[in-house]
Amino acid sequence: MDIATHVFSALYQFGDAFAFLVLSACGLAVIFGMMGVINLAHGEFIMCGAYVTAATVHAGLPLPLGILAGTLVSALVGVVVELAVIRHLYDRPLDTIVATWGLSLIATQGTLIMVGSTMAGVGTPFGSFQVGDYSYSIYRIVLFCAALGVLAALYALFNWTRFGVLARATIQVPHMAAALGVDTRLIYSLTFACGAGLAGLAGGLYAPTMTLVPTMGATFIMEAFVTVVIGGADVFLGTAPAGGVLAVVKSAMTSWQGQLFGQIGLLVAVIIVVRVLPKGISGFVLRERT
Amino acid sequence: MSKSVLRGLRAAALTGTLVLGLPLGSQLALAAENPIKLGVLEDQSGDFAAATIGKVHAIQLAADEINKAGGIMGRPLELVPYDTQSDNTRYQEFMRRVLQRDKVDVVFAGFSSASREAYRPIVDQFNGFAFYNNQYEGGVCDGHMIVTGAVPEQQFSTLIPYMMEKYGKNVYTLAADYNFGQISAEWVRKIVKENGGKMAGEEFIPLGVSQFSQSIQNIQKAKPDFVVTLLVGTAQASYYEQAASANVNLPMASSVNVGQGYEHKRFKPPSLKDMYVTTNYIEEIDSPKSKEFYAKFKAKFPSEPYVNQEAENSYLAVYLYKQMVERAKSTKREEIRKVIALGDVCMDAPEGKVCIDPKSQHMSHTIYLAKVGADHSISFPKVWEDIKPYWLGEAGCDLTKKDPMAQYTPSNPPPKP
Repeated sequence: MDIATHVFSALYQFGDAFAFLVLSACGLAVIFGMMGVINLAHGEFIMCGAYVTAATVHAGLPLPLGILAGTLVSALVGVVVELAVIRHLYDRPLDTIVATWGLSLIATQGTLIMVGSTMAGVGTPFGSFQVGDYSYSIYRIVLFCAALGVLAALYALFNWTRFGVLARATIQVPHMAAALGVDTRLIYSLTFACGAGLAGLAGGLYAPTMTLVPTMGATFIMEAFVTVVIGGADVFLGTAPAGGVLAVVKSAMTSWQGQLFGQIGLLVAVIIVVRVLPKGISGFVLRERT
Repeated sequence: MSKSVLRGLRAAALTGTLVLGLPLGSQLALAAENPIKLGVLEDQSGDFAAATIGKVHAIQLAADEINKAGGIMGRPLELVPYDTQSDNTRYQEFMRRVLQRDKVDVVFAGFSSASREAYRPIVDQFNGFAFYNNQYEGGVCDGHMIVTGAVPEQQFSTLIPYMMEKYGKNVYTLAADYNFGQISAEWVRKIVKENGGKMAGEEFIPLGVSQFSQSIQNIQKAKPDFVVTLLVGTAQASYYEQAASANVNLPMASSVNVGQGYEHKRFKPPSLKDMYVTTNYIEEIDSPKSKEFYAKFKAKFPSEPYVNQEAENSYLAVYLYKQMVERAKSTKREEIRKVIALGDVCMDAPEGKVCIDPKSQHMSHTIYLAKVGADHSISFPKVWEDIKPYWLGEAGCDLTKKDPMAQYTPSNPPPKP
């Protein structure tokens, strides 16, 4: 009984850390990992998703529809940003850093000026359950399932659909894909929108559990970047195992020594992985396969 | 030569147009003297903005009222505000700017203790004069500073014994991991021990952390009777929602929540149920003075989400400054400190009567114990009147005699003479 309690609590903490890492990283994995665009406005897409979700829930929509609205609005904003800014900078990767950083400052400050310094929260649904001495939030399990669902959906999208094949072809050899009649500009737009939408989804899913402020994106961005950096270019083969490894390190260190050591452990793990596997986990897996 | 004449002419033209905009009566009075400049360094954006925008508005409100009533000794009060963006390096940069370039007479600055300690050496170095209008972990013994916020002997010596009596003697502290959280936790430890209690556990959370599943479990494992939450910034405020959804269901005690970040307004009930806070002001306080202040504030800033403790501290600080300058007949710090040394610089603030303690240059306060109900309504089970900031004076800090320009803690008290 006691052992079962401990095992469950360890699993729950792992799942919780895993969900946070994967959900915050997925959108970035598509935009940074696949497209090579270093999107420093990633946190602001997350904030956008969270704000739209909260606003629609306040307006009377049920939470799942609110999250969907947050995802779609973020994806739409992603299309606009891609058309207006990112499109012109695909062959200037360093300039995209500056451009997206600027966008993130504008988004944070614009939200502060227009919506105010905070937004009322929406409250976490579903309540809690008890295992042994501990009580747990059910919504956290929902987040874990959502993370698994997002990974599965991404795998299916990029491997089994026509869009996925075209997207991978476009990103691998753009002029060859264009020569074969692929509208590469459209594919780039859609892929960027997909990444932005995933960021919005992460924001929507976490909106009920967090303080809604213009700077909330910043709390996701460190985890998102480290997960993508050690994951490597492949969304599914990179993000999932990277999330798994980091979640084990983080939850173990946090339960042992507290939050500070959890963060230290996370960063040390990243340094070691990047040193040993310069192309990230997916680079390692793919090399083994070929 | 001709250049400086031109500049003079331009300045004259500028002030001329400005003066013309004012009603005739005050024009004559204001034109006679140059303004008293008050630098305002507060976070209007970034992680702390939610708690601090109200401070800027409170200073604007007080300055407007004072200017309408004829200024300070006939001189208008001019605000020189900068947005410090919740960033310690901005504080240093802007503190140098207001002291060196803008040459302000006094600066009102700072929310987090990290930013106060970042700018304080600069105030000392340039011989400036600063007000820190914020509750904090206590212990600053510096003649260049006046602190109008509440300190641990006012907030914890009241709160912790009350909680221990009501709920039990096992205490868990969850605190932000920087000087404020660490020193406040030291105070909690000390007071719990003095009252025969036990620390069930302590955890320090880095600023900016927003995920608390593991911390929640650590708390459940330690089985405390109540949790002291000293969490700072909007990211860390996510704790309450997450603890509520995991059904932790423990009473909470705090010196920073509700009174600063109005979490009871921002989160959906009942996530802050049974939160107890000692504060010297929040907008729910039901006294005529408080109602009057709240009405004035809302009339000027109708969209202000909450009038918090630090807004009141900032508001009363402007009036205290006015009183001290008028009594000293000077804006010079040394002249003003002679007035403080008399020991009778007091005023009727929205919270009640407050006075400056000459030894530490901190304030006495009326401390309200605010309890958050299941529906997030506020009740006040207890009020302590006229609680003095006694610790520094008793420990050996006496600014009327010596100015060490240092910060002390219970484990690092002032050196004995």
